[in-house]
Amino acid sequence: MAGLATSLGAGAASNSFNQIGDADTLFIFGSNTTEGHPVVSIHVNRAIRNGARIIVADPREIELVRHAEVWLNLRPGSNIALLNGLIHIILKEDLDNRDFIRKRTEGFEELRAAVEAYSPDRVEKITGVSPKKLIKAARIYAGAQNAMILYGLGVTEHQTGTENAMAIANLALVCGQIGRPATGIMALRGQNNVQGASDMGPLPATFTGYQSVTDPNVREKFEKSWGVKLPAKPGLKSVEMLDEAKDGAFKGLFILGEDPAQTDPDLRHVREALGSLEFLVVQDIFPTETTRFAHVILPGASFAEKDGTFTNGERRVQRIRKAIEPLSGMAEWQVLCELSSRMGHKMKYDHPSEIMDEIASLATIYRGISYRRLEDGGIQWPCPTKDHPGTATLYQEMFSRPGGRARFIALEHKGPAEAADSSFPLVLITGRRREHYNNGSMTRRVRGIMELFPEELLELSPADAERLKIKDGERVKVLSRRGEIEVKTKVTTRSQEGNVFLAFHHQDALTNVLTSEHRDPITGTPEYKACAVRIEKLQN
Amino acid sequence: MKKPVKAVINGREIISEEGRTVLEACREAGIYIPTLCFDERLEAYGGCRLCLVEVKGINRPLSSCTTPIQNGMEITTESPNLTELRKTMLSLILSNHPDDCMCCEKAGDCSLQELAYQYEVTPGKYDGERWNLPVKDDNPFISFDPNKCILCGRCVNICKNLMLKGAIAMTGRGFNSRPDTAFGRPLTPETCLFCGQCVSACPTGALIEKQSIGKGRNHSLRRIRTTCSYCGTGCNFYLNVKGGRVVKVTSDYEAPVNRGSLCIKGRFGYEFIHHPDRLTTPLIREGEGFREASWDEALDLVASRFNELKEKYGPEAVGAFSSSRCTNEENYLISKWVRAALGSNNVDNCARV
Repeated sequence: MAGLATSLGAGAASNSFNQIGDADTLFIFGSNTTEGHPVVSIHVNRAIRNGARIIVADPREIELVRHAEVWLNLRPGSNIALLNGLIHIILKEDLDNRDFIRKRTEGFEELRAAVEAYSPDRVEKITGVSPKKLIKAARIYAGAQNAMILYGLGVTEHQTGTENAMAIANLALVCGQIGRPATGIMALRGQNNVQGASDMGPLPATFTGYQSVTDPNVREKFEKSWGVKLPAKPGLKSVEMLDEAKDGAFKGLFILGEDPAQTDPDLRHVREALGSLEFLVVQDIFPTETTRFAHVILPGASFAEKDGTFTNGERRVQRIRKAIEPLSGMAEWQVLCELSSRMGHKMKYDHPSEIMDEIASLATIYRGISYRRLEDGGIQWPCPTKDHPGTATLYQEMFSRPGGRARFIALEHKGPAEAADSSFPLVLITGRRREHYNNGSMTRRVRGIMELFPEELLELSPADAERLKIKDGERVKVLSRRGEIEVKTKVTTRSQEGNVFLAFHHQDALTNVLTSEHRDPITGTPEYKACAVRIEKLQN
Repeated sequence: MKKPVKAVINGREIISEEGRTVLEACREAGIYIPTLCFDERLEAYGGCRLCLVEVKGINRPLSSCTTPIQNGMEITTESPNLTELRKTMLSLILSNHPDDCMCCEKAGDCSLQELAYQYEVTPGKYDGERWNLPVKDDNPFISFDPNKCILCGRCVNICKNLMLKGAIAMTGRGFNSRPDTAFGRPLTPETCLFCGQCVSACPTGALIEKQSIGKGRNHSLRRIRTTCSYCGTGCNFYLNVKGGRVVKVTSDYEAPVNRGSLCIKGRFGYEFIHHPDRLTTPLIREGEGFREASWDEALDLVASRFNELKEKYGPEAVGAFSSSRCTNEENYLISKWVRAALGSNNVDNCARV
């Protein structure tokens, strides 16, 4: 999200899901939409039925490829080269939107200079995508009336994740495909409240509403509201807390509803770090890999057991409503109030709506939001006043950067941190499946889902399977520099030669034992989408 | 902007817009027209013939779902003739429909039952051959009783035209036509998304969610509108609750993002809520294991240990991870707790991992 924030102003999707069906061109980049966001894909289907042209960029032959006019089957981690290559073609063929570039952007000359070196031939060498496909995709996107980009974690979960998002913004800006309905960039978020969790400011450098902790005026506002002196020094990111825990400098951690011991990459490191803490509290609805390390486990309430709000991937703040009482007697918001009060900082709210009122008083983008207004369908931020209807399309007039212009960022291809080599010749891509969710703690406890999808399957191309003499359904060992797991294989053309795929939902095949420690230096997002592995047959 | 269209419905002037059907224009104006095959998520199918209306100057009734509204139209939505036609249609449907409403899962939420009641149609007017087909129950989520199918086509249309999947299609001809899978094979993950869109589209008890069979019918369920807690799409739906338990998820057609559509997780993935593995009491580590504790004891321990660590190592040595799974309010409170009570900015959420 830091990428879009830098280029455009807001770290959020620019448009709305409902507009997808009205686009005449969809560029689906690093998002297996039909599986990762099945209901978003219904909007994509609507566009397809309306005759929209579809471009898919993905190393896997995902379901949407069937509907695509062009499939850009790039090598994992070559996103920037691909996007620079597309912009190169667009500029060479004069398909760019000069008027938009002149009136609404800055930094174009730097971009032009940077993409100059990304000729189709060179881009083919880096990405594996043929010049013919690149040119076709460039012409389709640049020639659209209303083109929308949908991107997923295949963009952000790389060491160049932030830059990948900037490269996507560059493409949209070059063609002026942003700032109108049915255009723009939809960043499809992994979890239900990723947007809200960032908006609310459990972030080391920003308070609620992306207000910097280092700004004395902002601090003063929060100090006044909360009645306490606040620290000015930005805190540690989650990965840094774990690093320092392992080094012995970080001692006490409260983990709310997360399972880093299963879902973080490089699990051995994570587990050592959690094991080094003097005091670890984990609050969750189920025992997880992480609760094993806890000194105190607090029961959490499921979404059915509490009132509150989630903010979805189009910035829409929506209610959740208590359908049954919390099984443990208390919802998380009540637990946090109790805990804070017992530590000497009193917190008291009679209902989550009062917490939202406080949020609205402190963050401009939520200022006009209250539970009463959320009764009918939610509100998309920014919603700066009590009578503001919310914002379906960002950047219609100006970008939310200083000066109101979007910024082109000149970028160079870097590639994944860990490339395949002779000892680990395959690239492992990780992702999700339609039927399961994250660490699987919820979906693995739905009997019907487990009956249909009982175990993890390593997706392997027919060519690799033949070379390794592995049969469909055979159990194999997958090894990376960090660890190994055993898993059943599925031989499928969804995987291209040289790439294998695993999801991370199952505890009996902990995919993240394999994934790498490399991260995006800006956001700290791990490179889940590419690491080098080798497959070995099991000895009988 | 679409062009406005003026028409008269049941003697009342209404204004709609170009491109709308008569049915849509009537519904907007709050005028009821019965339907069975109409699903607002789909293009009109015009199969059930219940939405017939009379248009002045046209000597036969027209199906309102497929007729575009036009300037100057004078429309009648209910008349003795239309009522008689509707009764006949319903009688024909009932002539090959089990009359087991008393035991049917769908009772109270069944469009056919409701219309039969409304038009005072009882079974038995037309005698004839009846289907007597086995219930298809070959997968964990969806049960299909073909005998209750009224051939409205909604399940087939939603699978083919909205989901672009085509796991089921209309098969056979005449009396033998019914929705089915290719070669009548069981639904499998290879052919079916298990999104349950077909179940949500079915107006009768033909397609039923298996997980909720026997757990309560419409009148005994409390419905609470909420937002799905799986991915970031933000679909709304209703949790159906009976006796303090969530027993079913049903569609919310007003939902801004999903308009009644859901996926396998949203529609069928709620069983975890009451799973016996749920943590329901605080646990405190004791030796190699954990012992149960009261909230009071656990919270006192957590509060005092964090205060001690803060005292001993400074506020920089403590912190928290928040969660994209939790609510905005909870995320706000944890960031407030870390900053105000722990005294550092060591708070982060899992958006980055």
